[in-house]
Amino acid sequence: MNVIEVRNLVKKFGDFTAVNNISFDVRKGEIFGFLGANGAGKTTAMRMLCGLSTPTAGEGRVAGYDIWTEAELIKRNIGYMSQRFSLYNDLSVIDNIKFFAGIYGVDKTTMQRRSNELLTRLNLEKERNLMVESLPQGWKQKLAFSIAIFHNPQIVFLDEPTGGVDPETRRQFWEMIYEAANQGITIFVTTHYMDEAEYCNRVSMMVDGRIEALDSPAMLKSRYNASSMSDVFDIIARGETNL
Amino acid sequence: MKEFNAFIKKEFYHIFRDTRTLMILILLPIILIMLFSFAISVEIRNVNIGILAPTNDNSINQLAHKIETSEYFNITHWLNSPNEINDLMRANEVDLVLAFGDHFDQRMLSADGAQLGIVIDGSNPNNASMEMMYLMGLLQSYFSEKASVLPSSAGSLTTNVRMLYNPQSRSAYNFAPGIMGLILILICALMTSVSIVREKEMGTMEVLLISPVKPIHIILAKMIPYLIISCFVLGIILTLSFTVLGIPMLGTLHWIILVSLVYILLALSIGLFVSNMVDSQLVATLICAVVFMMPILLLSGMLFPIESMPRFFQVVSNIIPARWYISAIKKLMIQGVEFQFVLKEFTILCGMTLLLITASLKKFKEFI
Repeated sequence: MNVIEVRNLVKKFGDFTAVNNISFDVRKGEIFGFLGANGAGKTTAMRMLCGLSTPTAGEGRVAGYDIWTEAELIKRNIGYMSQRFSLYNDLSVIDNIKFFAGIYGVDKTTMQRRSNELLTRLNLEKERNLMVESLPQGWKQKLAFSIAIFHNPQIVFLDEPTGGVDPETRRQFWEMIYEAANQGITIFVTTHYMDEAEYCNRVSMMVDGRIEALDSPAMLKSRYNASSMSDVFDIIARGETNL
Repeated sequence: MKEFNAFIKKEFYHIFRDTRTLMILILLPIILIMLFSFAISVEIRNVNIGILAPTNDNSINQLAHKIETSEYFNITHWLNSPNEINDLMRANEVDLVLAFGDHFDQRMLSADGAQLGIVIDGSNPNNASMEMMYLMGLLQSYFSEKASVLPSSAGSLTTNVRMLYNPQSRSAYNFAPGIMGLILILICALMTSVSIVREKEMGTMEVLLISPVKPIHIILAKMIPYLIISCFVLGIILTLSFTVLGIPMLGTLHWIILVSLVYILLALSIGLFVSNMVDSQLVATLICAVVFMMPILLLSGMLFPIESMPRFFQVVSNIIPARWYISAIKKLMIQGVEFQFVLKEFTILCGMTLLLITASLKKFKEFI
């Protein structure tokens, strides 16, 4: 079953084509890596999928809803976490959880049960009334991710979630991502760490608004005869510039 | 609705976590009112007077005594020659010099009349004209006393200058509405815009826009806490005005509140408008301070009367919302007029509010 279906999606800003006729599917429970250099059009494509901006042309369904007409329903069924920090530093851990649960319409009893589970899982019970500001960066990121999937979305969009984090924390973070994927939450993740691309079930490589390659990391590596995703990316990006 | 409540709650958390800012918002109007009404005063007090008298006439001494005993003037210098006037004024030793003519006593009671020159330091025109007015009042009362003892009332003065509405010229009366105009803009425009722009700066705005919360709810949730705080502050200022400053509650209170509410809405939409235009808290603060606060202080009639401004600034002052608000509140609060007399101000404020709300909502849609 596909939770994201995109056909011939185009986004133009004036004369500039940010997203040029892309088509792809994302399956349920999949970890889908959305790769590309800065300015390749990743963020623009992701904004359209999240219902933040309307496409210039093309079709798309996210979580079973149309991106043209059902943006509100899409918003209820997705989670989002960005590279820029997505929690409130001047609010306590529990207030952050309550707020995001509140704006996603999670009812009170569910909220209480899940927030206790969450705090136990993250080992944050003692810190529940602490300001988020005082937490170490790695904990903040884990908390932000847990909050992004708090309302049990079908898909969670992660926009470079591990920016500025040490490798050990990144590894722990990916463990959480796997755990969420095992529960059936589809992960749509952009990253520029090529080692992270290896963790994905499938990755797409975007160059200048187009998807140049889309397959599992193993297949991509054998097709381009490369030893790592980093090499694959180099070959694809270089090939494009030589044209 | 539940989503919206969660949002408002969060906004209040932000405000109450930042106790320092909250204290400033509440203490600032109190301090400003105290400061403006008791410390910074544009009332005439302790005006230093120099007297230049060629002869030591009886009536000059009487007049000097009368001046000295008034609460506004002090006689600090007795001059011997007109040449001293310039130096003393430049040294700020005297603000005003009374130059009596020769044989003042005799000539005062003669047909030709006596001569009295008044020299005022005009470097502060507002003060100078006030000093002049006070002094003329003193002189007139002295001469009318003198004239009344004369057998024939040859030339008694009949000029009668009276100040309406603010008989003691208490400057606090003028400042209270001005402070209201200033503080409400500060809370509503500055705080709202900074709080919206902060979400943009931190990147949380993106998270909010992706959530199911409607954009209009984001805006309303940002405004409501500041609306409540401004109403609270309005209450403080009004209470202080009526108790500490002793401004007579002449105008009907509900009209004052109605006009203030419109002004609060106007200020909130200014805040929204600013927040849609800029992306950093610093710029938002600067715009609010430079584009809104300075003109309010300088051009709204709070400190300087609009009538005495150059023509250009008089025209500019028309587009400053605070000008109309302050004018309306002065009329309602101090003159105690009926609502129909502030209808013009009220209409203008309503018009400006509508215009700004429309413009900023349109801008906000573009931003999404």
